[in-house]
Formats: sequence, C-alpha cells, structure tokens
Amino acid sequence: MRRARQRRGDNHEVLDGEELQPAEQESGQPALTPWDRVKLARHPDRPHSLDYINELMTGFIELHGDRRYGDDQALVGGIARFGDRTIIVIGHQKGGDTKENIRRNFGMVRPEGYRKAERLMRHAEKFGIPVVTFIDTPGAEPGIGSEERGQGTAIAESLLTMANLKTPVVAVVIGEGGSGGALAIGMADRILMLENAVYAVASPEACAAILWKDAAKAPQAAATMRITANDLHGFGIIDEIVPESLPAHETPQVTIAAVGVAVDRSLRDLMKVVDQPSGLDRLMEQRYEKFRRIGEWTEGDEPSAARSRND
Amino acid sequence: MRSILHRGDKFQPLPTDDGRLDQQIPGGLWQKCPKCSELIYSRELENNFRVCPKCGHHLRLRARERIQQISDPDSFEEWDAGIQPADPLHFEDGSGSYSEKLQATQQKSGEQEALITGAATVDGRPIALAVADFDFLGASMGSVYGEKLTRAIERCAEIGTPLLTVNASGGARMHEGLFSLMQMAKTVAAFARLGEARAPHISLLADPCYGGVTASYATVADIILAEPGALIGFAGPRVIEQITKQKLPEGFQTAEFLLSHGMIDLIVVRTDLRRTLIELLNHYARVHQVDRGESIPWEPTIIEPHSSNGSAYDDAVLEYEPAAATGGGS
Repeated sequence: MRRARQRRGDNHEVLDGEELQPAEQESGQPALTPWDRVKLARHPDRPHSLDYINELMTGFIELHGDRRYGDDQALVGGIARFGDRTIIVIGHQKGGDTKENIRRNFGMVRPEGYRKAERLMRHAEKFGIPVVTFIDTPGAEPGIGSEERGQGTAIAESLLTMANLKTPVVAVVIGEGGSGGALAIGMADRILMLENAVYAVASPEACAAILWKDAAKAPQAAATMRITANDLHGFGIIDEIVPESLPAHETPQVTIAAVGVAVDRSLRDLMKVVDQPSGLDRLMEQRYEKFRRIGEWTEGDEPSAARSRND
Repeated sequence: MRSILHRGDKFQPLPTDDGRLDQQIPGGLWQKCPKCSELIYSRELENNFRVCPKCGHHLRLRARERIQQISDPDSFEEWDAGIQPADPLHFEDGSGSYSEKLQATQQKSGEQEALITGAATVDGRPIALAVADFDFLGASMGSVYGEKLTRAIERCAEIGTPLLTVNASGGARMHEGLFSLMQMAKTVAAFARLGEARAPHISLLADPCYGGVTASYATVADIILAEPGALIGFAGPRVIEQITKQKLPEGFQTAEFLLSHGMIDLIVVRTDLRRTLIELLNHYARVHQVDRGESIPWEPTIIEPHSSNGSAYDDAVLEYEPAAATGGGS
C-alpha cells in the first residue's frame, strides 16, 4: 500500500502520514491540519458552484426541475458555453448567506435534485455534450420527505446513469465532498479537487459521534479519515489537485481561473479519446476500470490489491 | 409447497453474536422473540426460518444461515473466501486501531469479511449469491465487500447467471474512508454491465439496510424484494429526528413504508422466499429460451384460437419445467 501511495504521490513529499504541500514548505507557513481544511472547505465566503459557472462560462441557461416532482435549489444545472464548446454543467449549490442557505437547503440535495442531475446528464448524452460537475455539499438531505421519495434510490440511479453515460464527465470537488450525496454527481472520467477541499465517506462530526461517541472529537476524526486532496491523490482516487496558493475565499478569482484551466485541460484530453474510432467505447472502458481498481485488500501472499496500481 | 421448503440437512445452529446469546435461555433450547417476547422452542424457530411463529417477526439471520435457507442442500460453493481486509488509512479511533477491530471481529463472527459470495443452485437452477453478514461490523461496505461483490457480478455477466444480493448493512465502512465510498460506484458500474449481459439482479433488502448500500447497488436491481418489517432507508432515523426535530411517522422506513411509496417491488415473508425465487428464476429462464429461438411449449395456446385455455398451459409448464412441477406452488 505504501509503495502504491508513494508512486502516486511523487509530486508531494510523504512523511509518515503527514503530507506537506510544496507551496507551504516554500512559504515557510505551517502545514494546515485536515481540520483546518474542513473549516476552509466550509468557509461561507468560499466560491460556490454558481460563482464558477458565472465566471468561467457564458450563455448559461439554467434548466430547472426533475420533471417528476419538483425543483431542488440545492442542486443547479444547465447548458452553457465553456471555452469553445457547449457543456452541461451541474453543481451542488450552497448559499452565500443565511437567507439563501435556507432556500438552498445548505447544499443538501433531495431526491428531486439528483433526479434533475440525472435527466440533465441524459440530455448531455443525447446531444453528445460533455458534462462538468461541481461538488460542494455536506451530504444528501436526511429528512422524512427525502426518505419518502427514495433518497437512496435517487442517488443509486444517478450512479447507474453515470456508470454508462456515453459522454465525457469531469467532476471538481470545490468545497465539501459529503459522502454519497457528493458521489452521486461525482462518478466522472476525471476527478479534480481543490487543495483545500475535502472529500469524505461521512462528516468528521458524524464519524466522531459514531466511533468516538463524541462529536467534539471531529478534528481527530478528520485526521484519521484521510480526507484531504493530498491523501486522496496519493490513494489514486482523485486525478488532480488544483492548487490554492491562498485559500479560495481570499482570492476567489485566482482559484476559479485555476479550476477553469484544469477543467479545460481534462475535457480536451477526454475529447481526444472520444474523437478516435470507437472512442466512446474506450471512454466507457476507461471509466469502468477507473472505479474497478479502487480498493485495498490482501489475498493469498499478495500484500495488496494492486493489480490496479501497476498502471 | 412443503416439499420445496424442505431442507435436506439437519440444521446446525451457527456461532452466534453476543446480542443473540442474550436472547437465549441456558441450554439454547428456548429463545425469546425480540419483538413479542414469546419464548419459542429453538428447533421450532429454526424450522420456521427464524420467523417468530407467534407474531411473525423476522429475526435477523447470519449470512450462512440465509445461504442455507435459500440454496439447495450442499450446493453452495464459496468464491473469493481468501480476500482479507487491509487498513489503508491506518485508521484509529477512540477505542483502538481498525486492524485490531478487524481481528477481533473476525474471531467473534467466524467470518473473514462482511460479504459472502458464491454459486449455488435453487431448485436445480444456477444462481450466484452475495449475502451480507450484519454481525461483521454491521455488514459495512469496504474494499473487500466491494471487490468480492464486483467479482461475483463480473462472473455472472460472463456466464449469464442471475445474481441474488441479500442486503442488510449499516452502509459504507468508515474505517476505510473514501475507499469505502467508491465501492458504491464500483459495484453499480459492474451491475450496469450485468444489465447489458441481461442477467437479472434480484435484491433482497433485510433488516436493517441503510446508507451507502441503500444508495447504491441494492436499489438499482431488476427486482427489489424486502422482508416484512425490515428497516430500510438512506439516513438513519435518529439522525433524521435530530436534524429535522420532527416526530417520525408511524412505520417510517419499514419495508411496508417503502412499498407504499413505490420504492420496492414486493414484500416476501421468509417462508415464501425460496418459492418466490424459484418462480422468478423460471420466468427469466424462459425469456432466455425464447431469445435463443428454442421452442416454447405453451406457444400453441397463444396462436391457436381453439386450444383449451389454461390446462394446455399448465401441462406444458409441467412437461417443460420439472422444477415447477415438484414445486406444485405455481
């Protein structure tokens, strides 16, 4: 496992579990703890999906509703121009203030939000339009109505749609990647992640409450859960870290532009695959393999999973 | 119908967890129903598939009990039993390391991991089984769970075998972090391939089924069955209560609640499960015969207007499907 991690983490020094950003080493600032990054990822002034859409794209037409039940404002989507191409863009949407946060349900998506995402992805597939998603959610909404309308099923169906979606998909974790609610729009060909974003199987508070029986142990949980961009890049789960020389809320335009460059590069790479003969088949094959290889275990005398990690 | 349900081998109780030991009376001859508190003669309970004969409560099953109840005697062949969990995060919580917890759990449960997969026959028809064991860390889905399931799905896709998943799980395994979360994507992607191979996935939701399992492969099956009274949902009821400060409605997140909201196909009592599976397997087997252009014995009843209705169909089924004949329940 360690071997594999070092292979992937070649750009970043690995010091027995503590990984330092080169930028921080150069500037001589102390490394941020994972809990610091959780707080940065949740910072109310951090740019949210619509900020990226408005800055990076033109002609954005928001497309509302799941055409089944409602329009979930915790998830936005639509059609837009990005560079020289048309894209479908989908993102969790947190509010900038309390009033907007209530309307946006703090970025916690309900089943109708995932069904909206799913229908927009199908739309993209129909016209051969690539999809860009922005991930920024504490998690899918836990609520009575959400359960009644099949929260689990909605997420699962979105995953199933993405598993086979015959068009390129790029996902960017821009803030909080909260569990299944994040993954539901994150099963992409390329997964990018901002340096101070986090992506976790459960919130550190929930993890601490369950395993430490004390939500106040969230900082410890955040550390042991390995939820930073550096950790996840080392594990080979995310593909690229988009650096934040300063936290995104301090220099939003710089961060947004950096994300734009990274997304554009990923899309270009993926379109190169698609444009070849049987390109879509290859894209599907690569997407399958990308998720197929994730996991670590031992078997027989083999110390680790790794058939996967040899590439 | 009785003949179908008959188990060839005498039932041997499996090692039990502490929780279940509490329910047992010294000597293990009697057990208390956790719902109605009735004292039940253990053998009577086992003969009734661990369903309380008084109140119908479905007691939780260990994975191997479930496999034994479903499959033909001695037909189960386990796959990938040698895959062992690793500790990729070097995870430690307040009570110690994940590695230690795994060892203790393996010893206590007698299983290596939370999912058991393999091939079996049900009334002679081949089927693959992937059965979660709730006594192993709440049958939480980590790397091994995802890998074993994915391998099983890929085998089924290759040879066109139906797959039954039995899902009772607390969700993704926190100790393996994002590796666990990604098993949702990995297994769903594999099931998409199974779908392309047109091999059916039947999912049985058993008590309790939550989180990442409910939000991934378990709810995108071709057929979704649930056991009566099973609690099934995405978020746990306590979390919802805490966050919404609302009182949960009566029967919230029960199988019956899901059925009435259109989320599952059917609730099946455990004593009928095998019969239902056999019916389903027979239906899909017939579809594949039609695909291959093989003759279908009841075709005359469709194309000949004067053929006697019903009986011709029944005879044809009996002739063509010896399995259904012995069943007698069709």
